[in-house]
Amino acid sequence: MNRESNRYTIIYAAVMVILVALGLSFTHQALLDKQIANENIDKMQQLLRSLNIEAEADEAEARYSELVTNAYLVSDEGNKIEGTEGTTPEDPAFSTELGDQSAQGLPVYEVSIEGKTVYILPMSGSGLWGAIWGYLAVEDDGSTIYGADFGHAGETPGLGAEIAERYFGLQFEGKELYKDGELRSIAVVKPGQTDTRRDYVDGISGGTITSQGVDKMLLSSVGEYENFLMKLNRN
Amino acid sequence: MALNSKTKAVLLGPLNKNNPVLVQVLGICSALAVTSKLEPSIVMAISVTLVVAFANVIISLLRKTIPNRIRIIVQLVVAAALVTIVSEVLKAFAYDVNKQLSVFVGLIVTNCILMGRLEAFALGNGPWPSFLDGIGNGLGYGWILVVTGFFRELLGSGELMGYKVIPQSFYDAGYEDNGLMMLAPMAILIVACIIWVHRSRNKDLQEETN
Repeated sequence: MNRESNRYTIIYAAVMVILVALGLSFTHQALLDKQIANENIDKMQQLLRSLNIEAEADEAEARYSELVTNAYLVSDEGNKIEGTEGTTPEDPAFSTELGDQSAQGLPVYEVSIEGKTVYILPMSGSGLWGAIWGYLAVEDDGSTIYGADFGHAGETPGLGAEIAERYFGLQFEGKELYKDGELRSIAVVKPGQTDTRRDYVDGISGGTITSQGVDKMLLSSVGEYENFLMKLNRN
Repeated sequence: MALNSKTKAVLLGPLNKNNPVLVQVLGICSALAVTSKLEPSIVMAISVTLVVAFANVIISLLRKTIPNRIRIIVQLVVAAALVTIVSEVLKAFAYDVNKQLSVFVGLIVTNCILMGRLEAFALGNGPWPSFLDGIGNGLGYGWILVVTGFFRELLGSGELMGYKVIPQSFYDAGYEDNGLMMLAPMAILIVACIIWVHRSRNKDLQEETN
């Protein structure tokens, strides 16, 4: 057989690609359950970090179900949507993707910790290179930040990627979303600068665009929860 | 299967005199990127070794059937398929490490060592020597990563494999972790130091100076 003929080459390439595709889809299917479980645990770890708890992968699930008492979607008006309650990964609150425009509502996780009720609000936005996200734990006055944790898809290591480090999230503790009865979110400023209108935290030196992304994300994502927070604030 | 002197050279050469990183200066990109900690360095070393070894075997088995005009494409498809499998397995069984390695697992495809071995060795040799060549080159690349990762994690964060090894009393006495170690420039300096030591011990590798 002539190895250099066009016919042989085309058939060879076609057969090879089909075999490889079959092999890869089989591998993917075989490992999918395990991968999804890992992603869920990773999400639980992030939720726990926003409560200032570092949980190892093997204990994350237990800590999560111990602390998170309820989870549900809220409508734009800030009301709980009936039938969306449940904390497991299959329930709508957990499975709703951040920033999903077609979602039924906004996910909220209700946590009881140290005798307090804390609400975790997921956030999503964009940094310099790609998506950034975060979880903001708000106390039941709808204003005081209990804790925060941030993640990113691929910000610059050592610069923008620092937002995922604990020291960045820890700065948010105790800051107030409301000022003078108005929802103003929290500013991320260049280190050394201040903001008189809002509570602020230091951004990352050298990670300006990412820091601005966090600032915008806080403003827009917290803004979506405005009615929900207002209700908490009034109670 | 006993190793005769030729297969022994195929396996052990890349660890020293023919090292892909130290002598051929290939695979530097990932060597700089993933070595800020020891654990991802080790996982990366194992992943590259497995991918190079098995890609070598597969290409070697197919070498008499591959049409010459599309041989690079065939090599790429085989390499990409193996890398995807490694990445899927890591996602399922070592999720944290996979997150740290991020894009670099996928980028094994573009690692020059891999394509270089497929083109230069596997296409012309049988499966067994090709397998040994892959293992040798993977380990030759891997030990540089592990050494670099060891020093960067130790001096950069005072830890090894995530465990604190530098005692608190050192910090109390004023010792500080060197943040520069976490950045890529220090990785290239460490690799350069390894090359320096290596050349000074292997005089025959030194270039003639005029």
